Formats: sequence, C-alpha cells, structure tokens
Amino acid sequence: MDFMGINPTVLIASLIVASVPIMLAAIGELVAEKSGVLNLGVEGMMIMGAICGFVTAVGTGNPVLGFLGGAAGGAALSLIFVLLTQVFLANQVATGLALTLFGLGLSSLIGQGYNGIKPPATGVVPFGPLADIPFFGRVAFAHDWMVYFSIATIAAVWAVLKYTRAGLILRAVGESHDAAHALGYKVIRIRVLAIMFGGAMAGLGGAYISLVRVPQWTDGITAGAGWIALAIVVFASWKPWRVLIGAWLFGGITVLQLNLQAAGARIPVEYLSMSPYLVTILVLVIMSSGRGRASLNAPASLGQNFHASH
Amino acid sequence: MTTETLLSIEGISKSYPGVKANDDVSFQIGAGEVHALLGENGAGKSTLVKMIYGLVKPDEGQMTLRGKGYAPSEPREARSLGVAMVFQHFSLFDALNVAENVALGMDNPPPMRELAGRIREVSESYGLPLDPSRLVGDLSAGERQRVEIVRCLLQDPKLLIMDEPTSVLTPQEVNILFHTLRKLSAEGTSILYISHKLEEIKALCDEATILRRGKVVGTCTPREKSAREMAEMMVGATLNAPERAAAEPGPVALKVQNLSVASPAAFGTSLKDISFEVRQGEVLGVGGVAGNGQDELLLALSGELRTSRDTVQIHGRGIGDTGPNERRKDGICAAPEERLGHAAAPDMSLTENALLSAAVRKRLTRNGFIDWAGTRAFAEGVVETFDVRTPGIGTAARALSGGNLQKFVLGREIMQEPEVIIVNQPTWGVDAAAAAFIRQALLNRASAGAAVVVISQDIDEIMEIADRFAALNEGRLSAPVPTQGLTIDQIGLMLGGAHGMHEAEVHHVHS
Amino acid sequence: MFILEKRPTPSRFWAWGTPVLAVVLTMIAGGIMFSLLGKDPFAAIKTIFWDPLFGEFAWYLRGQLLVKAGPLVLIAVGLALGFRAGIWNIGAEGQYIMGAIFGAAAGLAVYPTESRLIFPVMILAGAFGGWLWAMIPAILKTRFNTNEILVSLMLVYVAQTILSKAATGFLRNPEGSGFPGSRNFSSFKAAYNPELVAGTGMHWGVVAAFMTVIAAYVLLQRHILGYQIKLAGQAPRAARFAGVNPNRLVVLCMGISGALAGMAGLFEVSGPAGQISIDFASGYGFTAIIVAFLGRLNPVGILLAGLVMALTYVGGEMASTNLGLPSAAIQAFQGMLLFFLLAADLLSNYRIRFALFMKEPR
Repeated sequence: MDFMGINPTVLIASLIVASVPIMLAAIGELVAEKSGVLNLGVEGMMIMGAICGFVTAVGTGNPVLGFLGGAAGGAALSLIFVLLTQVFLANQVATGLALTLFGLGLSSLIGQGYNGIKPPATGVVPFGPLADIPFFGRVAFAHDWMVYFSIATIAAVWAVLKYTRAGLILRAVGESHDAAHALGYKVIRIRVLAIMFGGAMAGLGGAYISLVRVPQWTDGITAGAGWIALAIVVFASWKPWRVLIGAWLFGGITVLQLNLQAAGARIPVEYLSMSPYLVTILVLVIMSSGRGRASLNAPASLGQNFHASH
Repeated sequence: MTTETLLSIEGISKSYPGVKANDDVSFQIGAGEVHALLGENGAGKSTLVKMIYGLVKPDEGQMTLRGKGYAPSEPREARSLGVAMVFQHFSLFDALNVAENVALGMDNPPPMRELAGRIREVSESYGLPLDPSRLVGDLSAGERQRVEIVRCLLQDPKLLIMDEPTSVLTPQEVNILFHTLRKLSAEGTSILYISHKLEEIKALCDEATILRRGKVVGTCTPREKSAREMAEMMVGATLNAPERAAAEPGPVALKVQNLSVASPAAFGTSLKDISFEVRQGEVLGVGGVAGNGQDELLLALSGELRTSRDTVQIHGRGIGDTGPNERRKDGICAAPEERLGHAAAPDMSLTENALLSAAVRKRLTRNGFIDWAGTRAFAEGVVETFDVRTPGIGTAARALSGGNLQKFVLGREIMQEPEVIIVNQPTWGVDAAAAAFIRQALLNRASAGAAVVVISQDIDEIMEIADRFAALNEGRLSAPVPTQGLTIDQIGLMLGGAHGMHEAEVHHVHS
Repeated sequence: MFILEKRPTPSRFWAWGTPVLAVVLTMIAGGIMFSLLGKDPFAAIKTIFWDPLFGEFAWYLRGQLLVKAGPLVLIAVGLALGFRAGIWNIGAEGQYIMGAIFGAAAGLAVYPTESRLIFPVMILAGAFGGWLWAMIPAILKTRFNTNEILVSLMLVYVAQTILSKAATGFLRNPEGSGFPGSRNFSSFKAAYNPELVAGTGMHWGVVAAFMTVIAAYVLLQRHILGYQIKLAGQAPRAARFAGVNPNRLVVLCMGISGALAGMAGLFEVSGPAGQISIDFASGYGFTAIIVAFLGRLNPVGILLAGLVMALTYVGGEMASTNLGLPSAAIQAFQGMLLFFLLAADLLSNYRIRFALFMKEPR
C-alpha cells in the first residue's frame, strides 16, 4: 500500500503529530482574537515555549513538567504584550512584531549550551489492544497524550464559546468593547486572560516542537509555525473545529513534502520545503476573497485598543 | 400623585480634566414618576446618568435609593438594586442574536431556550414584538431599541433610565414607546427620561430637572410650562430662528436617477432605486430614522461610493462613476455625519484638515506639491468666517468641541463655494447656538444659488430650513413634497410609520 | 495607581523624547540582562555604545557604522511610508533577499564583461526584484483582500529557500570547486560596490540611503502623496472622503518599500557581503522594523535610529569578541528597544497622572 514509497497509514499518523504545535498555537490565538486582540507575537511565544519547555524538561527529566514550563514561558512573554497593549495602549501589530523579534533573540540566548541534547521522551498513551487495530490503531491510538490534549482543547474552546456565559462575554468583548464596557464588563481583564491563554497555548505548541517533533533544541526551531498558526485562524474563520481541519491540512502538507524529500521525488528539495508557505498564501487568498466571507466572521473590535474615556 | 421618593440625588459633582461635568446637582425622583432630565448637548446629562448606573463614580455628593445610601461601584450592582438603563448608543452587539444580547445585560440569565420564551412573552405584552434568534445587526434602529428595553424589562426594574430614546424612532414609534412607558409608570416603575426635545417632555413627563453646563438651573412641571420657556431655561438665551430671503429656485443642479447601490458596511443598508432632483437655490431635506441608508446616500453623492455614470448628474452631466475629487471639481461638496474620522482626521491640525477636501477647489497643490501658505490662509479664513473657537489653526481637530469642529467642517465645504452641497446630520450633538449658525450658513449658501441637500434625523431641523422633504426608509426615498403645510403625522407615515408594529398591538396595550 | 488622560494635541516634546527615553531604558534593562549573564553591565554598555565611536578601534568601527546603517535606513524609510499608511509590509527581509538575487544575477549574467552600465543595471534589477516580491502581497491585498502581514512574511521563508537554491544551484560559482556561494563581486570590477572614501564605510548604498531620506522627507512634508499616506493611516474613512484610492496606496507603498529593500540587498551583496551565500540573509529586513519605529516613522528620525541600531550591531560584535557576550543577547537587546519605545510612545498621546489617594464616593 505504498505510493511513491510513502505509506498512507504512516503519513496520516505523522500528520496528526505534525499538526499539534500549530493547532495549539492557533486555538490559543483564536481565543485571543475572539476577545478582540490581534497578537502577532505567536511565533515569539511559541519559540519561548519551545526553549522554556526544553530547559525544564532537561532539567527535571520530566516531560510533563517540560510542557508546563513551555506554557509558562509562552504566557510570560504574552504578559509583555498585555502590559504594552492593554496598559500602555501600544499598537497591537507593532507590539506583536516586537514580541516575535524579542522572543527569537531571548530564546536563542537561553538556549545556549542546550544544542545537541536529547530531551526526555514523551511516552505514547497505552490504549492496549486498540492500538493493534489495523490502520485505525496506528492512526488514532498510537500517539502521545499531547495529541489527545490538543484535540480536547479544541473541543473545550468550542464548547465554552458556544454554550457558556464566559464564552458569550468573551465574544461580546471582541465584538464591541464599548458596549461591553457600558454593560459593566471588565474589558481589559477579560482580554488579559484571553491573551495569556493564547500565550500559554502557543508555549505548549512550541514545547511540543522541541520535546516531541524534532526533538532537540536549535535556534529558530519554530521556523514560521507561529505565522502559519495565525493564518490558520483566518482559514478557520474564527471557528474552533475548523482550526483542527486547518492544522491537519498544514500538518499533512509538511509531512508529505518531508516524505517526498525522503523518498527522493524528482521535485527539487527547495520547492518542496517552500510548499507549506505557498499553500498558506493560497489558502489565505481563497478564504479572504469571495466578498470577504472570512472577514465577516472576524470579531468587529479586532486589533483595536480600548481605553475607557469617561 | 407621587407619594414616596425613590431616588434622591444630593450635591453630586464630577470633574474631568478641564471640565466640570456636574456641579452640585440635586433632584429627586418619586416612585412611578416620569422625570425628565433636560439639557443641551454637553450639559452633563450623560455623566449624571452614568453615575446613577454605576459606570462613573461621583467626586462629591451622595445618592439615596429607597431611603438607603446608594453608591453603585459597577452596573451589576445598580442592576441588582433595580436600576436599568436604555442606552443611546454602544450597548448592543451586532454579530450576536437578540437573546444573547439580552442575556449579556442580565446578571443571572435563565438558560437560552427559556430566555427566548420570556423575551417573546414580555415583548409581545408591551407591544414591542421581537424574534429572539435574529442577529441584532440586521435589525432596524427602532427594533434595536426594543432589544434594550426588553432587556431592562426582564429584570423588573424600579428605575428605568432612558437616554435620548426617541432620536432613532419615527413619530408613530415614539407614540408606541410612550404607551409602553406610561404603562410601566402606572405599574409603579419610575422613569428617568433624558432628552432635549421639549414637546416630548411635555407629553410624557411629570417633573423636569433642567441642566446647563453641569448645574441645575431650574425644575418645573413640564405640563405647566411652554416649550419656549423651557428652551430658554435650557439654553440660557433667546434664540433666533434662521431667516432666508425668498427666491425662485433656478434650473435643476443635481439629479439622481434610479440610484441603487450595495452598502459597503457589514450591517449597512443598501440604496434602492433612488431618484430626485434639486434646483439651484433650493434646500431638499432628507429625513429618516437612523440606519435607513443615510450614510450610503451621502457616500454615493460625495463620490466615495461609485455607481454607473448617469445615476448622479450635475447640470445634466453624468458623474456617477467619478470619485470625490472629480466631483469637487464639478462643484459638489459634502460633509459626512461622523466628524472625527470621516469629515476630519482627529490627530491632524486644522490646517491639514483644511487641505483634506479643499485641495482641488482652492488649488492648494501645484504639481502635487502642497502650498502650505495657501492652506494656512484658507484655514484661517474658515476659522474667522465661521467663528470657530480654537487656540489656532495648528490645533488638532480632536481638541475642538463638537460644535466648533462641525462649524469648521461645514465652513471648509461652504467656503469652497460649491454649486451643490450635501450634508448629513449637520447639527448632531452641536449646541443650540452653533446649530443655529450652521443652519443659517446653509440657507445663505442656498440663497447664493447652490442646491443644498440636508440629510437629517431631526424633523424640526428639516421643517425649519428645507423647501421640500423626502423620507428615506429602508434604503428607498419617497417622492419629495413641499414642507409647507406638512403635518408631523404625514411625515411619520412617510418615514415608514411604526416598523413591524401593528395598530392592533398598540390597542392591545391600551386595553 | 495611575490614570491615563488623553492629550488634546499630541505632545511635540515627547514625539522626540520617547526614542531617547526608550534607548536609556533599554540600556538599563539590557544592563540588568547582561549582569544576569554574568557580564559587567557597565563594561558591556560602554563596549556597545561608546567604544565604536570613541574607543581604541573607532577609526575602523566608525566606518562599519555606515555599512550597517545604510541598508537599515534604506529599508526602514520604505517600511515607514507603508506603516504610516497602515500597510504592514513585514516581509522586507524577503524583498531584500530577492533584490540581492535579482541584482547579483543581472551582474553575473554578463561576467566578465566590463562596462560602466553594468552596476546601474544591477541596481535596477535589485530594485525590481524587491518590488516584484512586494507586489505579490500588494496585489493579493487589493484583489482578494488578503492580509499583507501574513503573505509578506510567508514570502520571506520562500525567499530564503530560493536563496539557498541560488547559492547552491543557479548562481553558484562555476569555479568554486562545488562549494556553495556565487562568484565574489570584489573580483568583478564593473559589478562591485566599493568603499567610496577609504575608512568611512561609505558605499553607493549609503549614498542611496541618504538620498532616500531626503526624498522621503520632502514627500511626507510637502507632497500631496505624503499627505495622503499620513491621512490613510490615521483616518482611513477620512482618506476615502479626501479622494484617496486605498488600493493605489497599497500598491504604491508596498512597491516603494519593496524596491528600496531590494536595492539594499543589491548594495549589500555587491559590496560588504561580496557574494550570494546561504547565510546572506542577516535579518536587516526585520531589524529595519525596529529602526522605522525608533525613528518615529520620520525619515530624519530613521536616519538617526539607523545609526543607533548600527551601533548595537557593531558594538555588539565587539562585546561578543571582547566580553564573550552572546550575539543572541544583542538580538534580545534590540527587541527590548522596540518594547520600551512602544511603551514610551504612550507619553506623546496621553498624560499620566499619579493618584496617591483614590477618592471613593461614600
């Protein structure tokens, strides 16, 4: 059952793994954007998560603590974004860029001396006989716990946004911060929490790259995954389940091109490795055209700072 | 009639940098009383009600609600004590549905399905039918207000604050609202009614407190005072009605023919088959409740929205496909409703803002290079001729008061001596003196031979300055009729009567 | 607690005061960071900010300053025009790379012909390469309303792949015994961008940067186009009312910034870098974003900011060789500078009032 030397079962199983970092980062960013905050610093928060998670995991020998450290690292960097945009009312686009530039520098600073080390392995969840089912066992029941955690997070975010009062308030704040303020909701407080959730999720995603996907530390390890996560939020039209689809799509392309490279396909390596970025652009174009379908779903206050004037 | 005091306000003061918004304000509202808070724009009414609703804290003074000290630290607390508020702007979420919007205004809303049932029930019983599952962005201005009122009613309020509720309603809708409010009042709910419309206050309110520049300047029983007396208390001066020299209208200057265009805004109103003519020296008033296509009409006439060539014609020449600057060259100037951000750039100086629309007609550029000296001279001229109070032309537009900025914007357009001028809400949020000045300036421009189109939601304004009246309703324009002899009921019907409400329901309210 | 109060008119003092404040705050925070790394903060700050100007090797390092500032200023001026108009081209790094590739390819195509025309043609080719790369997000934005931030950024990664393909493939030096990297321009006189005055670091790219600063200054201060750029950024609806065509502005601003970034790439590859190599991309395109903001999006400010940023590069290298300060620390330091600048920017639009005793109404 191989096509051009690629086994589809292995391909699907590995695309599920490859999609985890961008899925986590994208669902975090989705929550932040739903509250009306455009944080372009996902790449920076991811790479901070990657290094903090790596350092913690290597230091403690415990991958779970490593993921917690990654989430903390991403959230810590997002606090700078909070301070600048929510307290000092700085431009969100510029601050997000600064976050990425700073995160790239700081992570490589922290990561000095961690090159070439192997982190403790994150184990596969034991599903017992389920894992032996042909095809499905390999595809669905042979992954580490973070894979299931990321899908559960999507489900949780979906449920909270759709069915709970907290979700309703979050959407309301993103839709019109003035109206939410007039009704007495704490716009800034809600946004701060949303930004920090986004930071923690991006950090988790980053940690997954350095602890499971690669797994080791190199400078610039995220290689644009944060930006792709931002694009996935647009692709998903701010809907949680579509983030899952988007992440699988991009995970699939990444895995496919790597497999094609390994299989020695006749397409030059360079063109294969630029394909995820080109596909991202293509998807953005498709989602943005069609009389602004995607932008219709965008939270109306996205990217605007709030300052209670009176 | 009033037996016990519900809310008493004693010596409330609130300062903002440079302004004393409220200065030692005291008054009382009795149970079941409809109390008017009357004052011009900027008199401090909004600040006062925000303090009652817990959005703003007073610097000094105290409030007592049913005999107990009342100092809400947030709206939630105010709501839990039975104080509810219907906002003039900014409290609805376009992309959420009616039930979600209502839930957001309640502290312990029931589950959505139950809430939807209660919304239907309450809205029907007060003659304000609403579909809980509709998106608020798709509702008309009147329906949006119903959402807010129903939201308040579901919480069984003791005091209902209404901030300028009729500015978005047709006369018929105003009548229905008043029935609802009287019914509430009869059931024992007090109402604090904020307005600057005197006739309404006479028709509805039991007592009135009049504010001017943050201070209470008088109290009265509106039924016993004439509108003129109250107006003079409110403004603090006698006002002159604008005058105009009678003149025969000239040939047709602006012609609009079968204009249909989709709105560029997400929840905007598309224009549908609009046709009218305006002659030289004539003022056409376009009335309508907010959100019926006013913005879109201005955009289509100013050139920001382009259509096919012949839909807009000046002196018989099609210009529908040209942009704003080509139209300015052809003699069309416009002043949009939103002053800050549309008619003027908030952070730019008056000089830079003068260049914004006058570059073409006043020839302020040469080969693309800006003649700053000429621009400054033009800005100075506008400031002087239109009596704009500003420290200088280097001041940022956002630093000017609403009235002064509006005088600057109107002045900038009028001093370009346009042959056709289109204005949207020329006196919205402007104090009475500036409003009178602006209306006079528009009439003067008409007397000088320009065709003037005034789009306004203020019927009184249109009756005061327009020769002919047309109503904009859901993107359609009625055939213009002469304003002379037009009654308020006729205007109301032209504006669309009572949107989505049936007389039967109104009678139902009566019985 | 403090309270923010919007100023009626933006403060002129703080417009120029904030960058200075930001630099000072960055020195302090950077000093703390350096001491956490176990380095003497005062020595580090002195090495970065003082030694390149007045130290022992200043005669050489001062020249390096212009070499680093040239491309930064050239790119940042272009970016600033877009940022002013609310058009976020953050893919200057990609445009810089493509400019270098196009320009280098144009020169190498005629190797070893010697003609005075070759270098000017290379400049045009470089500008064209950057322009072309910037036109992709511009056209996608105007045609399909696609977010230019994400597209221009994705194209950086694509450009980097093309760069490695160029260095190992289509532009590889045929006489380089198979090693990656193109021919070196220092041995191809007609295509070489030399130091114009010995010891100053002044090359054609620096000249172009100075000329661009002047042109951009005139454009923003005196020309209607500059006015429209500012207007579109501050009040997009007012810009449409003023008759500005937003799509035209997108194409124009993206085009200018792309062409300038492409030119910067060409000047770099034909001069200081000398050849197309795998590690040619050094992050100037991203650092220029910081320079643009540090210069308050004002061409003259950008010139000064470019020099300050060049100082951190040159001084950072010194600190790295002399004190063993990791080069990543400098990158983090530059990022910090942008943070402090964005935070300090608040002062130009808001007044801060500290309230020691918050009055409670009760």
